[in-house]
Amino acid sequence: MKLRTTLAGRSFTFHSIKEVLAKANEEKSGDILAGIAAQSDLERIAAKEVLSRLLVEDLCENPVVPYEDDEVTRMNQDSLDREVYGSIRRMSIAELREYILSYAAGEPELRRLSRGLTAEVVAGVCKLMGNLDLVYAANKVRVTATCNTTIGLRGTLATRLQPNHPTDNVEGITASLFEGLSYGCGDALLGLNPVNDTVAALAEVLKRFDEVKRRFEIPTQICVLGHITTQIEAVKRGAPCDMIFQSIAGSQKGNTEFGFSSDTVREAMALLKQRGTAKGPDVMYFETGQGSELSSDAHYGADQVTMEARCYAFAREFHPFMVNTVVGFIGPEYLYDSRQVIRAGLEDHFMAKLSGVPMGCDCCYTNHMQADQNDVENLSMLLGCCGANYILGVPTGDDVMLNYQTNAYHDVGAIRETLGLRPLPEFEKWLEKMGIMENGRLTPRAGDPTLFTAMRG
Amino acid sequence: MDDRLIQLIVDEVVRQLGRGVGATPADTVPEAEPLDITSPEARAASLLADPASPDALERMRKRTTARIGVGRAGPRLNTRTMLTLRADHAQARDAVFSTIDPKFIESLGLMTVRTMCADKQTFITRPDLGRRLSPESEKLILEKCVHDPDVQIYAADGLSTTAIRANLDRILPILIETLTSSGLKVGTPFYMEYGRVAAEDRVAELLGAKVVCVLIGERPGLATASSMSAYIAYNAHVGMPEARRTVVSNIHKDGLNAIEAGAYIAEVIKKIYEQKASGIELVK
Repeated sequence: MKLRTTLAGRSFTFHSIKEVLAKANEEKSGDILAGIAAQSDLERIAAKEVLSRLLVEDLCENPVVPYEDDEVTRMNQDSLDREVYGSIRRMSIAELREYILSYAAGEPELRRLSRGLTAEVVAGVCKLMGNLDLVYAANKVRVTATCNTTIGLRGTLATRLQPNHPTDNVEGITASLFEGLSYGCGDALLGLNPVNDTVAALAEVLKRFDEVKRRFEIPTQICVLGHITTQIEAVKRGAPCDMIFQSIAGSQKGNTEFGFSSDTVREAMALLKQRGTAKGPDVMYFETGQGSELSSDAHYGADQVTMEARCYAFAREFHPFMVNTVVGFIGPEYLYDSRQVIRAGLEDHFMAKLSGVPMGCDCCYTNHMQADQNDVENLSMLLGCCGANYILGVPTGDDVMLNYQTNAYHDVGAIRETLGLRPLPEFEKWLEKMGIMENGRLTPRAGDPTLFTAMRG
Repeated sequence: MDDRLIQLIVDEVVRQLGRGVGATPADTVPEAEPLDITSPEARAASLLADPASPDALERMRKRTTARIGVGRAGPRLNTRTMLTLRADHAQARDAVFSTIDPKFIESLGLMTVRTMCADKQTFITRPDLGRRLSPESEKLILEKCVHDPDVQIYAADGLSTTAIRANLDRILPILIETLTSSGLKVGTPFYMEYGRVAAEDRVAELLGAKVVCVLIGERPGLATASSMSAYIAYNAHVGMPEARRTVVSNIHKDGLNAIEAGAYIAEVIKKIYEQKASGIELVK
């Protein structure tokens, strides 16, 4: 294993696989902040060239966080399909990239391949992919999951409807919810980010979501995204709940900083199986995002793409219904501008698909980044091309609680029409029944939230 | 407060009079000024044509600040909604990325110091450098500021220079006056460019301040770009836990206004000084 190369007459030497992985990343402000990014563009390409000659087994046998210290590494290594791994371990990362892009690798082949890849291998091949490679390869694969409905079917693009409110006022939340439904949003999830992470606040909103879902017979899922322990407590006290949410990191230390462990997730799943309101079997919802490990000093000197890939290794153990990166939320010290955010969105979606995770994306930005709504629209169109499972929808793209911008309720319809995509099938039938959609397009009645108040369903 | 209320009433009466008395017939009225789409009146209007229940829509719109009942063009936003959003975002970006006119700072009698950030881009991407003062600034502070104050107050741009422009000239005098008249030794105020909150720990160390308070611009949302916060700590030192800071936030014209905030922060500082504790250690 030689970690050196000569490029344009200059020689480059790297001291560890971790260093090669970090320096092979496309430029990210978070890697610069961590002090591990390539020092020049040429060094970046030198690292990519070295990486391209490393073998799958080199990356697999050198996880960026030691096996002994970290349950994410252990879960990833212990669940590896040894037969699949055995068939690819001597491939170089360059060969692996070319195989993934080749006509020989269709959906069944890639789904099988994913069982033999560790997070470091997934991240490694991602670093050799251009943006169109990431789109093309990801689009070969669909990862479905089933809660009340099934997400991830080819030809569909779903949305998480996010009716956030600055004070958790239930009537205000319901007003935003009706607005979103009237635009054909909400097939993936009706999901609120609460201001108050208390059992009472969560239970109140869950109860309202459940009432709306039942009264109008909406084929979808509900969730209120408090801390996992608060949600568990709310369900124990009888709150209706289809899915439990948690933000996850790519190391055990990162998850500890988030205040949970894999045992907490197992507890949540067991509880929902017994007392949840969903049919299942997939009842977990995870969010990720490049840079979160660095922000809690849980990155072990590794780059943010590799740490992100490890999130998916963790997630897939629990068969989630949905996972999304909140790609522009963390701020410019991790992803500086729209170029970095768009790249990260495509990387995260590709890596999740290659890991066998049902992936969506919160295409978003904060006001101290070099990005605007046009960039969110670009990224969501690209993800539509990738065959992403879902994007978000909030009123006009302006989230009045989290103070950031993501996709508007008005986006998914245009993307669906432009790319020939549809809502999830049961949900589309429901939209037709409600007179909101016809032949894949919004009807004249669509966009009126009072449709739901006028009719006592 | 009373004066402001009286002024509002007077303005309203004058406006109503203007409307009724001497109103000219419609055909001779000069062309109206175009509507400011960011004004409260413009925002109050629903752009949704023919809702099934106009009353229900009114009730719904009163219950959330989210932009609902906005209507559409095909599947997309109406032009006015789109332009209002862009205007709000433009204000937020200007708050983050614009620099402050040095004359404004001088007019308040403040000197300017800097962190280790050389420019805005470095400030945005390197929070670590925004917490450390440049060597020249440390020297300047030691030379020009009163040492060992009971309370050291200063302002920093943080993520909104708009917040500084909108609030600093009103919040600072009342804050300093109230504290001084309570018998506290108040240090020499100054303005810090490219400053993050935790830079106050170094300021407190340098000057030997018992209480340190930074008035800093908050990351702007689309609802307001001019929000300021005060972060206050007792016996601050570099590397201390964040939980030891007391925060007063949401200081802007539609939240806690600058004058009220100044008086309130002075009370909080007095309590912190007396209890010799801040943040979670402070007994409320």
